This record gives sequence, structure tokens and C-alpha cells, in this order.
Amino acid sequence: MLGRTVEDVSSGSDSDYSNSWISWFLSSKGNEYFCEVDEDYILDRFNLTGLNNEVSNYGQALDLITDNLDDDIQDELRGALDVQARLLYGLIHARWIVTARGLAKMLEKYKRVEFGRCPRVLCQSQPLLPVGLSDIPYEKSVKLYCGRCEDVYSPKSSRHGSIDGAYFGTSFPHLFFMVYPNLIPPKVGPIEIPPTRPHESEVNKRNRRTREEPENPENVTEPGSTAAAALKADRYRPRIYGFQVHEIAKLQRWQEAVRDRQVSRLEALEDLS
Amino acid sequence: MSRPTEGNEDEVELAEEVISGNGEIDEVMEEVEEGYTSSTPTSTLTWISWFCSLPGHEYFSEVAEDFIEDDFNLTGLNTMVPFWKEAMEMVLDVEPDEDSSRIPDVSIVEASAELLYGLVHQRYILTRAGLQSMVEKYESAAFGICPRVYCVGCNVVPCGRSDLPGIDTVKLYCPNCNDIYAPPSSRFQGVDGAFFGTTFAHLFFQTYRELAPAPFYKLSLSADSSLSPGRSPLSDSGNSTSRPSPFVNPNPHGGQKRPEGRVYSPRVYGFKVSEQAKSGPRMQWLRLRPQSPDELDLVDWRGRWIDDEYDDVDEVDEEDRRMEDFDPVGDLF
Repeated sequence: MLGRTVEDVSSGSDSDYSNSWISWFLSSKGNEYFCEVDEDYILDRFNLTGLNNEVSNYGQALDLITDNLDDDIQDELRGALDVQARLLYGLIHARWIVTARGLAKMLEKYKRVEFGRCPRVLCQSQPLLPVGLSDIPYEKSVKLYCGRCEDVYSPKSSRHGSIDGAYFGTSFPHLFFMVYPNLIPPKVGPIEIPPTRPHESEVNKRNRRTREEPENPENVTEPGSTAAAALKADRYRPRIYGFQVHEIAKLQRWQEAVRDRQVSRLEALEDLS
Repeated sequence: MSRPTEGNEDEVELAEEVISGNGEIDEVMEEVEEGYTSSTPTSTLTWISWFCSLPGHEYFSEVAEDFIEDDFNLTGLNTMVPFWKEAMEMVLDVEPDEDSSRIPDVSIVEASAELLYGLVHQRYILTRAGLQSMVEKYESAAFGICPRVYCVGCNVVPCGRSDLPGIDTVKLYCPNCNDIYAPPSSRFQGVDGAFFGTTFAHLFFQTYRELAPAPFYKLSLSADSSLSPGRSPLSDSGNSTSRPSPFVNPNPHGGQKRPEGRVYSPRVYGFKVSEQAKSGPRMQWLRLRPQSPDELDLVDWRGRWIDDEYDDVDEVDEEDRRMEDFDPVGDLF
């Protein structure tokens, strides 16, 4: 089966296949969520620490990814190796997308809405980000995180539903919005992805470790306070002949009281600082 | 779809005879259908079942003809549907009158028939029979499942955002998160939400209470999961055990379904993102359920806490603990 998929793809895009394993992998159907990991990131063994325990045939799989594998290898072994290479690439990918350069690459994909849009009607087609529910492979498939309703959804397509969530990791979307706070979606209104200045990501990245955000004027002014953001969020109210359904309305009042409590808590904290 | 295969010439001829025999309206219908699926209804297929079998019309249930024939059920619709008479004839497969020449374009009647059927459908699915036909579809997951991960595949029902046609397309309502979602397939983007209406989804779950998840959620998974298997042996061999069996509420959710109450909690390298962060969680309340129904009564009708006695410091503690309780995600996923 693997051989067939290889043929299918190579017949369509011969040049891609002959170029490199990574570009073949990225162009094959179902792998649209992945971004390209820089080769020097893969070649730096420090970044791969511990992965040799996760992947069998680690050395050959790594050779396959970096196109250093001998051509005279047998076909059956190649098929098995391909599975291991995908696993290895996925695990490297999970580490890569939380680096500065990886985040920037995923930002481009996010801006092109390559991860789909939120199915929740009141999120108004907010673009999504991939997220894993576990960092350990073979546990959970990839999910999609919406920055507007802050919830996770299953991908529409089954070919995305079968991708391992560990290839994206649990941290990625949250780190993404920490590094790009001006991209935190507003809770209401039409979607808009504000432009990010190219240097900004670098600035944020360097500042992230020191966590001295108030010193960076850009961070303070641009995203503003999000303490009361939830108050603006739109929600669906079930109605029967125009009247709210008592039980659900009661639950929603309770939920909004919980929200109001959080807002006043956060505002009190803001007043202190 | 129902057009006979080329191999069977006799049937083809027969079908053609039927079409020509039925006169103008059938020819007319064939033209219109060409636009849809290039299928022709055989003489046994009613317009209604043909309409409900079209791709994208999977959410519709078949309205009983006697419901449409009762004028009382159609009150007010004749002002909303152009070419009322012709549309009614089409929907009910009635032979048209001779003076059908005043129809300028057949596709207009087709559109009218669709509008008429949709608006009748909105009313029909609120009746006992209509709800019954929809619950059968619901239980076979004909409307799909909620895309939200923590609703764990809860079945959804179609739902409109308006009762007037032409405003928005059909959406899907999830009873577990009380939210509405866009259908996953684009073929439903041509279906008007008014054909299902704003009321149906909620009347449905009021009618079939056992399908509606309860508005509260206890975290104790073990207690609940051990409940159903543990209860039956106890009642079977109640006399053999000397000590009295502890009382177990056989109906812990008041006749409702056990909800899927977990709420997503963002984590970075395994640590929860603090709510004090700019990008911290702000929307967990949207999916949160209290642990017991009594907690719902702590909020008055205006949405304020009745017993607002804590000062700010206490509030923080209280809230932190609550969020902690509702965050089993990290352990389970």
C-alpha cells in the first residue's frame, strides 16, 4: 500500500518526489497540516535527543528523511522504514513548531487558513490551529484549537482525523498565542488576522524567557487587556417559539455568573499592577 | 438515481410512456431535475420522497401528505409562497389544471414547491408524528455528531437561526454543549435553516428528555461507571447479602442523559496556562457545568450570585478550586 501511495504521488509531482523526502511527504494528501522542518534543525542532533528510543530503525529513518539513504535498499524494508520515517518526522515536527522559526512557519499557514475554520457558528469561521491532546505518539489523533471559543474540535476530514496528535503536541497553539499576543482573536466581530511585522516574532521570542513583557511597549499597547474579553463573546440561546428554554437558560446564567466572577477577578488583578 | 439502466429497454420505454402519459408537469419536472441529479422519479416515487432523497436533503423527514392537505396546517403560508397552487400540485403529485400556461418558468414553480415543502416541514416536525420521525433519524445519527472533541460524538439535530426563509442556512445544534455548528459538508449550504426552524431542536429535547444531557456534571467517573453494572447484581441477590446495600440513586440525572462535562484546558509543556496570562483561558465558562443541580440555584434570575458573601481573596480561592475540579483533561487525555 505504501508503495502505491508513493507511486501515486510521484506520478503527479515527479519533481517533488525526486527533490527530497520531506517535500514529498509534505505534498502527499492528508499531510497538509505539517510544515517544513528546516534541514539544519534535523541535522542538529541536540534537537533529536531521546527520539532514538521512540523510533525503531532510528538511524535509517533519519537517513531517509534527510535523503541520505542508500538507493539499493530492499523495497519491503523501505516500506517499513517509511512508517518509521513518518513517525520520526512527526516527532521532530512537534518540537520544531514550538521554536521561533517553526512558529513563524505555522503562522504563515495559519494566515492562509490551512488548518480549516471553526465549525462553531458564532465563531464566524475563525481559523484554527492544530493541537494534540497528548505528547505521546499513538494515543490521540490531531485536533483543532479555536482561539476564539478556546475549544478543540475534530477535523472534518477523516484523512486529517487519522494524523497523530503527538506530531503537533499539546503546547503548540497556546505557545503560539503567547508569542503572538496581537493575534489573539477578539471574541466578537468578523475575523481579521492583523499583520505581524517580521522582526516582531524575533523580539517576542527573545523576550519570552525573561518574561519582562511590560518593558516591551509593543506587547502592552497592541493586544490590550483581555481581562474582560469574554464579556463580549456571543453565545447561542436556545428558544422555543421565541421563549428561552428554562433549564438551559438557568445553566447559561450560571455559566455567565462564573464568567463575570473571573472577569472581576482579572480586573482586580489588573488594578493592582 | 431511479432512472432505469440502459440494459433494460422495456423499462425505459415504460418509463417514457409514463412520463408522456402524465402530461406537461412531468416533462417539466424532468427538466428541473436535470439540474439537480439528472434523475427521474418513477411513477411510484412521490415528489416528497424524491425531494428528501436528493443529496443535501438528508436532514428532511417526509411530511405526511394528509398533514399538507389539511389547510389549517398551512395557515399563512400562501402569502409567503409564490405560485401557491402550482407548488401545492407539485408537492402532492396532483395533475395540474389545463391553464398551467400562466407559469412563466418551471424552475420558479420548483423553487416554490421547495419553499412550500420546507415551511410545511418546519411545522410538521413540531407535531407528534414529526418529532417521532425525527427521533428515528436522530438515533441513527442521520444528522451527524458534534465536532467538539469533549462532546464525545454527541448526536446533533438540525436547527435554524430564523423561522423566516432566506436568512441563514441550516445549522446543527448539540444538546451537550448547547451550541450550534455549521454542517461539515458543503452540500447542506443550500438548505435553508427556516425549513427546520428555531424551535424544533429544543422542543425535541424537551419531548425526549432522556436524550438531553443533564445540566450538571459530577467528576466522579468511577462512581457513575460502577453504578450500572453494580446495581443489577445487588437487586438480583439482595437477600443473600446480610448488610443493607447502600442506597444508589437509580436515576442520578433526573431522567436525563449523563452529560459529557469535560472542559478543555490549555497547557504548555504540561502546565496549565494561567488565566492571568494575556492569552490565558477566558472561555471555559461557556462549556462549564456545575457539579450538582443545587449550584444552579446560587445564581438569581438576573445572573448574579445570590450568596455573594466572599470578599475578593476568598473568591480567588473558591474559583481556583472549582477550575481544578473541572479539569480532568490532563489526566485522561
